[in-house]
Amino acid sequence: MPPTADSSSSLFEGSSSAYSVKLDTFEGPLDLLLHLIRKNELDIYDIPIALITKQYLEYLSFLKELNLEVAGDFLVMASTLLQIKSRMLLPNPEPEEGEGEQEEDPRAELVRRLLDYQRYKEAGQHLGERELLGREVFARRITDPDLLPVASEEGQLELDLFELAEAFRSLLARVPTARVHEVIGFESVSIADAINEILSLLQEREMLAFDELFSLDDSRERLIVNFLALLELCRLKMSKVLQNSDCGIIYIYPAVAIETADGVRGGDTLS
Amino acid sequence: MATPSLNAIIEAMLFVADSPMTVDRLSELLPEYERAAIRIALQELRDDYQARHAGIHLVEVAGGWQLRTWPELMPYLSRLVKGKPPRFSPSALETLAIVAYRQPITRQEVEYLRGVDTGAVLKSLLEKRLIRILGKKDIPGRPIIYGTTREFLEIFNLNDLKGLPTLREMQALDEVPVFEVQEELPLKTDNP
Repeated sequence: MPPTADSSSSLFEGSSSAYSVKLDTFEGPLDLLLHLIRKNELDIYDIPIALITKQYLEYLSFLKELNLEVAGDFLVMASTLLQIKSRMLLPNPEPEEGEGEQEEDPRAELVRRLLDYQRYKEAGQHLGERELLGREVFARRITDPDLLPVASEEGQLELDLFELAEAFRSLLARVPTARVHEVIGFESVSIADAINEILSLLQEREMLAFDELFSLDDSRERLIVNFLALLELCRLKMSKVLQNSDCGIIYIYPAVAIETADGVRGGDTLS
Repeated sequence: MATPSLNAIIEAMLFVADSPMTVDRLSELLPEYERAAIRIALQELRDDYQARHAGIHLVEVAGGWQLRTWPELMPYLSRLVKGKPPRFSPSALETLAIVAYRQPITRQEVEYLRGVDTGAVLKSLLEKRLIRILGKKDIPGRPIIYGTTREFLEIFNLNDLKGLPTLREMQALDEVPVFEVQEELPLKTDNP
């Protein structure tokens, strides 16, 4: 249906009044476009691109009036809309001989994206409506670490890079940054040295706690070298990094001692 | 109790465990019992709780079994439980849904679907351990690929990813009829 001029002017209620601005928040340009389509009761498969572009740009300038920063993503979509609009103005080129395929509607990709977006937005809403642990349903949570049930060897979790980096970050945060004086001419340790050191430690003992590897008395440089050495060992599949439970102690094991039968998780870490 | 029944043993273990117990884990702890017997015991326990209209029930979640409270009891339990319930913004849920349905997925792919920068949302989902880094995609630039975690299943009360509702084809945005009814998307979509 052809939208009336009225529907576009009343689109943003309260835009004239400085005090009663009622502004829907949009998750992004696709969300805004869906809103405009719904508001104008348009057929998503046949979007009047000129009208939508006009209203879309109106909304952006409205945001500017409110001195709200217009995110770059909204501007990208604006240029996409303008591009589609101009392509729609061009005459459809004659289909070339042999290639019977008609040129795709310039709006097709946008329509696909809108439909996809709508689908996932809905799926997200459904997720939010589920009976969430800690919100609608509850289970036992033991907070005293001494009372925690023992974790099985297989129950140990492999860490991904993110968790390992997080552990290292919190470690670095504990290291005092400012040293009053630097010891001049201290010997710097190469990553290769650090690797050998870790390997010999692992040979002596079957496992190493993450914190053991990093003494807080070490210099930041030394800590970083150790961490890089650990990453290198994981990359070479010479050691494994496992965690007892969520947020438990992180242990480093020699890789040979660990069965690699658990192929699902095995490939995930630090590869 | 002379010799405790398997049901009693498992019930007690489930009571003490603080995360879902898999059949694997139970049979590892109970080598003297058959796996099949453990499975039957779990089902019997579940039916027992159900028949009794107990305050807790035994549910399959994140690939294991866990005792959980009935959702209807939430108003009472929220008096007991300290701390804020988990809250998710629409953008977090949207992003989580995209990762859940399309994993493994790169940030660029998420952003294409959402149309907005999603770096901060992904980071906070990583911090909440709802998603994790699965590795790197074997394309130029080797972008990081993301997937959901076991914690995601636990918190969202799902046994596995198959438990996610099938993505619906979009309904008419208002009363506009859809041209044709397309088939529902399979859960695992076009993973490269």
